Amino acid sequence: MTAGRADGWTRRHKGTRARSLFVWCVLSGAIASSGLLAQQPADRSKPPAVGPAPSLKLPAIEKRTLSNGLQVWVMGVHKVPTVHLELAIRTGVAADPAGKFGLASLTADMLDEGAGSRNALEISDAIDFLGAALSTRGSVDATYVDLHVPISRLGDALPIMADVIARPTFPEAELKRLRDERLASLLEMEDDPEELVQVAFPRLVFGPQHRYGTPVLGTAASLKSFTVADLKAFHASQFNPANAMLVVAGDVTAAKVVPMLERTLGAWKSPGAAKTAAVAPAPQLTARRVYVIDKPGAAQSQVRIGWIGVPRSTPDYFALRVLNTILGEAFTSRLNNNLREVHGYSYGASSRFDMRLSAGAFYASAGVQTDKTAEAVKEFFNELTRIHETVPAGELEKAKNYLALLVPRSFETSRGTADALAQAWIYDLPADYYTTYADRVRAVTAADLKRVADKYIQPDKFAVVIVGDRKTIEAGVKTLNLGPLTVVEPGQVFK
Amino acid sequence: MLHTALLVGLLLQATPQPATGPRLEVPFTQFTLPNGLHVILHEDHTVPLLTVNVWYEVGSAREKPGRTGFAHLFEHLMFMGSKNAKYGDFDQLLEAAGGTNNASTAEDRTNYYIDIPSNALDLALFLESDRMAYLIEAMSPKTVDAQRDVVKNERRQSYENAPYGMSSIAIAEMLYPKGHPYRWPTIGYTEDLTAASYEDVIQFFRMYYQPANASLVVAGDIDPAKTRAAVEKWFADVKPGKAVVPPIDYPHPTLNEVRKKTIQDRVQLPRLYLTWITPAHFAPGDAELDVLSSVLAGGKNSRLYKRLVYELQIAQDVTAFQASKALNSEYQVIVTARPDADIARIRAIVDEEIKKIQQAAPAEREFRRAINQIESSFYDRMERVGNFGGVGDQLNSYYVAAGNPGYFNEDLSRYRALSPDDITAAATRFLPLDKRVELVVEPKK
Repeated sequence: MTAGRADGWTRRHKGTRARSLFVWCVLSGAIASSGLLAQQPADRSKPPAVGPAPSLKLPAIEKRTLSNGLQVWVMGVHKVPTVHLELAIRTGVAADPAGKFGLASLTADMLDEGAGSRNALEISDAIDFLGAALSTRGSVDATYVDLHVPISRLGDALPIMADVIARPTFPEAELKRLRDERLASLLEMEDDPEELVQVAFPRLVFGPQHRYGTPVLGTAASLKSFTVADLKAFHASQFNPANAMLVVAGDVTAAKVVPMLERTLGAWKSPGAAKTAAVAPAPQLTARRVYVIDKPGAAQSQVRIGWIGVPRSTPDYFALRVLNTILGEAFTSRLNNNLREVHGYSYGASSRFDMRLSAGAFYASAGVQTDKTAEAVKEFFNELTRIHETVPAGELEKAKNYLALLVPRSFETSRGTADALAQAWIYDLPADYYTTYADRVRAVTAADLKRVADKYIQPDKFAVVIVGDRKTIEAGVKTLNLGPLTVVEPGQVFK
Repeated sequence: MLHTALLVGLLLQATPQPATGPRLEVPFTQFTLPNGLHVILHEDHTVPLLTVNVWYEVGSAREKPGRTGFAHLFEHLMFMGSKNAKYGDFDQLLEAAGGTNNASTAEDRTNYYIDIPSNALDLALFLESDRMAYLIEAMSPKTVDAQRDVVKNERRQSYENAPYGMSSIAIAEMLYPKGHPYRWPTIGYTEDLTAASYEDVIQFFRMYYQPANASLVVAGDIDPAKTRAAVEKWFADVKPGKAVVPPIDYPHPTLNEVRKKTIQDRVQLPRLYLTWITPAHFAPGDAELDVLSSVLAGGKNSRLYKRLVYELQIAQDVTAFQASKALNSEYQVIVTARPDADIARIRAIVDEEIKKIQQAAPAEREFRRAINQIESSFYDRMERVGNFGGVGDQLNSYYVAAGNPGYFNEDLSRYRALSPDDITAAATRFLPLDKRVELVVEPKK
């Protein structure tokens, strides 16, 4: 097969840079007529005018509740005869007990390793035979069970999904296998500079005690401590209809699918707690420090600079999204333009506010060539300083349009649609949130940007984390006089 | 209910599929402009977006010795401005209209897409046609230098600094004789990137970026008549090329022995790569090897996964795939070992499993499970119109590889027509244990 599989291909830039869009909107305006029916020579003296953006027409969400209280949202997307179901449980890393970091994630991973009357191999065989895909995953703020299946096989696949959600058996042997797999995964993360910096940065910003300072997977020590009893107790306390919701998107209607769900999931009952409180915010950084993790001979330095940002519920959400689009989210953003296009130090640079139920990190990051590490860090700080100046009107307009008009992409596929709806539920977005999204993006002013830049981007307090070849980069980085420099052992950030 | 023009006229049966299943229908229209540019249009109004997707039939296989990596470097230069859209305009104008874009280079082709709200069709066509017609007018040695630095950093990030990143380069050098177009990496050798010149850019553009060597798909929320008129308007002044692009050909390379190599990397988990040269995309054996991949490494019950990862737990992961290409393909089995596992033992078990499938056909359920998975993957690929791998990209892919943009159904039929014995025959013929390349990546001491 050719689709994206072969090792040989190389692309202009990584990712689509349209990350974390879990919102949608209805845009006003008529569909502009495009093209001319009569042949005229093309006028290339200026770019063709772009008319008003077309409106996004989405089907209504059919909201239902099963007899056990489980909320079900159905959206018909009648294009391909498949359906995507996403069960979201509002249980994430915040539910991990102290000393048991990774329990939520491992419990999620164990759901399909034995459930109901089937063992792990039988579940996998049954799902694969149906041409379906079933996945379970624990992320920062939620646990997901996803089923993607041809519509004609939905009736066969649903009872398996229901078993996985409500009746996992947590076999001892499978626990041992997944634990060993995760211990090896931690070693793989340590080996990859791009992944290592993603572990090191939060550890150095949030510390070892705060949950956000340790990977979702947990640590080697916590992984070794888990028992089947831990998993069973965790499942019993967290997995219940009051703490969950199910999105169904694809070639279905509520009238057709809800009775099927009632038969398979309607009897699922559990007395567990409804919702875990978000973790307490970590103390903010107060002075700038530099950390270097040595990778002798590395061709690039992985650089990550920032501090603690904001929770998803921040009232400054829209201003921050526009600000970050300008700073480091879009391809034409200042960081990418500076480090990639102007200086050629990097394949790509970006920044991000990682918004979670509690405040996650803000960071700017890039892989930069080893012999230009200090120069690149200097340019990061130039941009993190310049963002406090008033943003020119044209740059602001471009960023607002970009952000507002990306929204329909979330609804191109059944999987994207299900995910967008589930995210809206997890973060308690208001009912009018979707229809007002574009307007709220467009309402952001240059003064708003200045205010949130001053409040949330304070470069003199940032942590600067560099994974690279210490002997080549250390002297240059020191000449920047950013603050005290600490050398950190790679293994230390995983403890 | 979402309105859509994409009709997928099929209903899967609750019982296992017969050899011929319902048809996949992806309606499209096509025409060729006087300058040779082939155009394909497809309507889908699910969301108010469209994709403009262009394939140029040139990739790293067309490169000259000493200039490896050039096709990919050139791809980057396509974003450096053209006569009427100066450097920076391309991304600035598209983002201001809510658009995104990307491009990629492989051995046999280079593809570009712009995904944008449907009101901005003319803007996307203006930008795409301007660089097809007038790229060179805006090119200078300085623009070449700027992207040369970016590409070298792409190489550092994705190859030199990535765990196991140099393995694909080492394997190709063992697999192919000197001069074979697949021997060098698409990213190129660093010294060749340094050597690439402004003159090379002009020659390459004139030869390979002529309209007759390209195909354009506009798909999504479009009105076909208006879109055709707009395409004719914007691409009419792209001048036809002067030279004819010669067909690319190379004698099918053969391996007559096992070639072995061990390299070291900054990793803690050793990894084994086994690679064979296999039939080209759409040639007999190509589809069989896709099914074999599923039997060997698709899901917990697949043979290699079950033994190495699930039962023995001496491997962290296992992958098997047929990388289909125009001249010939490559079949690869990759096993990442657990930290202290013995690579020789893992290799012996892989060989045992390959021997088994060479001696006896897969069980009916095992075979059907693989076919059902492949069939589902066809439907999944029909959901999204834009981006890499979306319907627009696939229409171009089928046009380039098979001469027919609507080859979806014929492609799927290849798999539906197979039997379990076909898998065994392909494994026997194309994966001889004594004719292959073996690369081991071991932890640096």
